[in-house]
Amino acid sequence: MKYDVNEKGYYGEFGGAWIPEMMYTNINELRHRYLEIIESPDFKKEFDQLMKDYVGRPSPLYFAGRLSEHYGTNIYLKREDLNHTGSHKLNNTVGQILLAGRLGKKRIIAETGAGQHGVATATVCALKGLKCIVYMGALDVQRQAPNVKKMKMLGAEVVPVHSGNKTLKDATNEAMRDWINNPEDTHYIIGSVVGPHPFPDMVARFQSVISLEMKKQLSEQTGSEFPSRILACVGGGSNAAGAFYHYLDHEQVELIGVEAAGKGVDTNETAATLLVGSPGVLHASRTMLMQNKDGQITEPYSISAGLDYPGIGPLHAHLFKSGRAKFLAATDEEVLKAAVLLTQKEGIIPALESAHALAALEKLEMKPDDVNVINLSGSGNKDMETYLNYFGY
Amino acid sequence: MKNRINQLFETNKKDILSVYFTAGFPRLNDTVKIIKLLAQNGVDLIEIGIPFSDPTADGPTIQRSSELALKNGMSLQLLFSQLEEIRQSVQIPLILMGYFNPVMQYGVAEFCKRCSETGIDGVILPDLPLEEYNEQYKMHFRENNLHNILLITPQTPAERIREIDEASEGFIYMVSSASVTGAGKKVEDFHQEYFERIQQMNLKNPRLIGFGISDHDTFENACKYSRGAIIGSAFISSFQDHEEPEKTIPGFIKKIRKKN
Repeated sequence: MKYDVNEKGYYGEFGGAWIPEMMYTNINELRHRYLEIIESPDFKKEFDQLMKDYVGRPSPLYFAGRLSEHYGTNIYLKREDLNHTGSHKLNNTVGQILLAGRLGKKRIIAETGAGQHGVATATVCALKGLKCIVYMGALDVQRQAPNVKKMKMLGAEVVPVHSGNKTLKDATNEAMRDWINNPEDTHYIIGSVVGPHPFPDMVARFQSVISLEMKKQLSEQTGSEFPSRILACVGGGSNAAGAFYHYLDHEQVELIGVEAAGKGVDTNETAATLLVGSPGVLHASRTMLMQNKDGQITEPYSISAGLDYPGIGPLHAHLFKSGRAKFLAATDEEVLKAAVLLTQKEGIIPALESAHALAALEKLEMKPDDVNVINLSGSGNKDMETYLNYFGY
Repeated sequence: MKNRINQLFETNKKDILSVYFTAGFPRLNDTVKIIKLLAQNGVDLIEIGIPFSDPTADGPTIQRSSELALKNGMSLQLLFSQLEEIRQSVQIPLILMGYFNPVMQYGVAEFCKRCSETGIDGVILPDLPLEEYNEQYKMHFRENNLHNILLITPQTPAERIREIDEASEGFIYMVSSASVTGAGKKVEDFHQEYFERIQQMNLKNPRLIGFGISDHDTFENACKYSRGAIIGSAFISSFQDHEEPEKTIPGFIKKIRKKN
């Protein structure tokens, strides 16, 4: 495949494993074993079974009739919000916990921003009876209290991170330090298509179930497995990677990633990494970053904690650079409007992250016969306080 | 001119003491003063830290010093201009240590050239892996007689240690045990087995042991298995009551070298 990672872990000029030597043994073991493990029949069998019976897959592909009418086109929603724990995040954590078991790891660590990946990790650790430590920026611990409580009830230890700006980037730094300090018994479940090779490829493979199902469902519902375009929000980019995966080589399908513009891409308060960033190395990957001229990473901002990351998966940096995918950005304001529109047209309250993909519908020229698929990556349950504060319901 | 790191290791000197500090900490313009004081007080080699916003291989002490240094306004550009005349007063080897991204943004070729002009002898970039260095950057280092110092850990496989030894010039930075910097260790925490195993490999490069070396006992123990040791976090912590470097440095070095 043209957009596959190469043997050195690169997508075009992006990716690699820019790890300190202290992480070499763990990363090397993963790099050599991940494909053999995840392609083995017994892994596949257990993964597929859990996807079906535990996660609740396949997730429906829903034709959003009233939203389609509103935009004068055909809009389908891939309902990842209906998965167990309310987002696409569980697809990856189920895959990685099965992998960790086969690597003989006894202790699981993870980073989390909004808490969705933390909850998905704590969930699979409970499922497998493994010790779970979740690093979370101290500010996010305050902002996302309900998810912190869920993780604790699931038996995870939540460690507030007080360094830097106390958000996702700092939580990731701390998880990497933990892995350096515990090089033998620990697996780090990274939550997105970021970090050193083979994580971006591995996480994309686990999330690729989204586009695999989409093909079959579209074929049944529209007579063709190829839509006109697919839209997905992008922070690190795991749900977008999953939604794009099986369409990457089918260039007739337009792929659109939507970044968080925050208060606007021309302000300092944004998380639109591709649109305002430049190439650099962070979290062991060469990718596009938000940084100053001295190479110091700058703080991102978005209303959605899940997109609040100053980097992006190397696959997306490559899709951007090569022009295979188009990347737009939606502001907080546009996102909130899009969330209400979906809620009141279809009776579905989307996650703030997913509402970025919905907001992009306003910016596109769509024909009446077009088939547009939106990856509805998560449920808005976790965002009710933000919605209530904004609209004052 | 011969690289000063090689000059140092070609002497018979034992118990080599290398000290790390973060440029721009505790105050922006302390850099040159600290280097001079360390050299005057018998330190053999100095590692000057380039602060980075996301120091993933560092513990809390160096995280905090980096954060403060950046707040003070430190940058690679400024560091080079502070060091412009350093070779008029300091003769011991000087190494820059930091993360890859600030160097990448400065431009690796330009960085290496500037190091050479300034009189820097070596560079330690923990997140620049051996393979990327060999393929993309080695020529810039070689052209400027600048040594890239590589790390090994207790988990590094023997075969890879050989590769690292092959690619190294100057010395090998031996990480004492699996950890980020500054994880306050005692002598009994060190893996004697690892130290001995490496000693028996007859590597072509000398080694310095770092990470968790904090006092006379840990320094002395590390020196039994290598040419010397590196102290970072413990030195930075000695500034924490914001005393003048003149007051703290002589006593600190004396304590490391000799038991009270």
